[in-house]
Amino acid sequence: MDPRVTPAARTADVFLGLRPGTDLAVLSAIFRVLVERDWLDHDFIAAHSNGFDEAAAAVSGATLAWAERVSGVPAARIEQAAELWGTSATGMLLHARGIEHHTKGVDNVLACINLGLATGKYGKPGCGVNTITGQGNGQGGREHGHKCDQLPGNRDITNPEHREHVASVWGCDESEIPGKGLTAQEIMDAIGAGEIKGLLSICFNPLVSLPDANFTRAALDSLEFYAAIDFFMSETAHHADVVLAGSLHEEDEGTVTTLEGRVVKINAAVTPPGNARRDWEIICDLADRLGRHQYFPYSSTEEMFEELRRASAGGSADYAGITWQRVVDEQGVFWPCPEEGHPGTPRLFEGGRFFHPDGKARFIPTPWRESAEVPDDEYPVYLTTGRVISQYLSGTQTRRIGALVDQYPEPLCEMHPRLASDLGIADGDVVRVESRRGEMTLPAKVVETIRPDTVFIPYHWPGDKAANILTHRDIDPISGIPEFKISAVRVSKADGRGDVRDDRDLTLHGDDR
Amino acid sequence: MTLAIDPATAVFAVDHSRCIGCRACVQACAECDTHRGVSMIHLDTVDRAASTQTIPQVCMHCEDPTCAEVCPADAIKQNEDGVVQSSLKPRCIACSNCVYACPFGIPKMVTEYEQMMKCDMCYDRTSEGLKPMCASVCPSEALWYGTREEFERTRRGTLVRDWQFGNQDVRTKVAIVADEPGPVDIYIGKKSGHWLDDPFALETSR
Repeated sequence: MDPRVTPAARTADVFLGLRPGTDLAVLSAIFRVLVERDWLDHDFIAAHSNGFDEAAAAVSGATLAWAERVSGVPAARIEQAAELWGTSATGMLLHARGIEHHTKGVDNVLACINLGLATGKYGKPGCGVNTITGQGNGQGGREHGHKCDQLPGNRDITNPEHREHVASVWGCDESEIPGKGLTAQEIMDAIGAGEIKGLLSICFNPLVSLPDANFTRAALDSLEFYAAIDFFMSETAHHADVVLAGSLHEEDEGTVTTLEGRVVKINAAVTPPGNARRDWEIICDLADRLGRHQYFPYSSTEEMFEELRRASAGGSADYAGITWQRVVDEQGVFWPCPEEGHPGTPRLFEGGRFFHPDGKARFIPTPWRESAEVPDDEYPVYLTTGRVISQYLSGTQTRRIGALVDQYPEPLCEMHPRLASDLGIADGDVVRVESRRGEMTLPAKVVETIRPDTVFIPYHWPGDKAANILTHRDIDPISGIPEFKISAVRVSKADGRGDVRDDRDLTLHGDDR
Repeated sequence: MTLAIDPATAVFAVDHSRCIGCRACVQACAECDTHRGVSMIHLDTVDRAASTQTIPQVCMHCEDPTCAEVCPADAIKQNEDGVVQSSLKPRCIACSNCVYACPFGIPKMVTEYEQMMKCDMCYDRTSEGLKPMCASVCPSEALWYGTREEFERTRRGTLVRDWQFGNQDVRTKVAIVADEPGPVDIYIGKKSGHWLDDPFALETSR
């Protein structure tokens, strides 16, 4: 499922080239076909889940004809996908940011989970529904409080029992643990509204990575105090009053947790140069200056991991039995691992056992709704943003590496030849892309691998090359994630010709150093 | 000494359909100690306007290497494992005959050194039982190196090592992976009836 024929999509047996923001319609129609054709695992549903009837009722109107109308994908292809999923003994459903960067991103993911539960594709070899993480420790971070509504061990900061447990590990009073905080975009919105006046950030480059970059710039300028910890001087760090030189992961050690829930060791390959320091040492020193040294007494990463073992104990992401030595000796250990003699859990949900108190999984109904901003007469084209293979996140690291820059030196606006022809645009023409937030000019890349109603711009660049000038700040009500994948824009030919050098093209001519 | 993978009998397979164009092979090749900073693998984009298809091209290591046959200085040698080496520096006269003659477009004239250089299947590694750099990093296993037994156990498709270029028949040590046995039409065009003919169903919606 993708509005673009990506290299991975090219290898597919069935391709659902949907209109941006209609994943939920297609997933719902697939669920409806599973019910209608009885491609269901009734034993699994009965023994290991709750809520099937409500979830099935929510997709009763999601006919193939309706889904075709909403998504632009032929009904026969949706049915073919449903048959593949419904009649295969095993199957994995993998997704990444493509269905998550939406105002209904959580619903999209829940709809995927419903498909997995309906066919019993959990807890068995070759089965599962997985979100592939964008960073090495995307999984580990979300288990232990990266997001400020969480506490270690997949715990909830609003749950009194969870707060008591963590307070006892930290040796503080429960009342000293703050309440639920804001997500990244909500923080920026609160800064813009004057509600947050000071900011300390670590490796955060919202000028590139958050939507509505013009708003973000104004918000950063309105801060009364801003301290940035980063390993390079990012575009955002230029707005800081104080910059503290932090470290790359190559300069520090510790553990990361992979998508599969395996805790693995990261070793320092080099030491931070000059006055740069490891991030955790900076944090501990700040705590010291604030008179809170007793809660940050660490002199090594292993000591912090020891605390994490105790803090996560009893939670669903339980690291209690995962020792530093085991992580090294066993090439990583899978959580939950509640005690030292425990082998770890390489496959979750085996035997149909889930983490809810009754041990059962839950179907959640996911009724259809539209994206926050869809094309209209004024802004008639979908913009979807994403990534290119040679750049990583906001590019703070990878925009400095020549061999990677050469591969894709600047953003290009991918569009279908039919749209290009309607707009009088040829490959390499500079085009102006405008949204209700702002505008940018960049070269057009005319390719047949994208829907004609959609343009794609990769987001890794700053300033006037930032695709996030165009995107909007509406967020998913549950996850707080912005809708990077859908904005309404208009596209027109601007003056001049651009350099549409996509270095992959040059290799045919022998210049592929 | 028994090697983990014996280069004399190893399978080196290239499956174009699996290539995602990530260029990890290009970066890894350039990290090799014997030609540090210069990548010997070619990663070609076929026609970006029409497709995201990319093709990694290593030296195919022909049984009768055309490059060696056309070399006036006898600078290109094949070793006992069937691996065709880069030119010998003392002999290479930088004439580029091999560059023009190779049916796969492999050799590169590195003008800086006045020497032809090419993929030698990482002989420093494969001769010790290790995988070549490119195959060791390829995330989709479009470039794959291992024993025949392992290939048959873990991979689908047929290995193709026989090629025809006009009147020239070529047999290579490196194989490509084809769906089925028999001749392979390497023309990469639209396949009738495949969704790639019309990925967004534009013809039916018109």
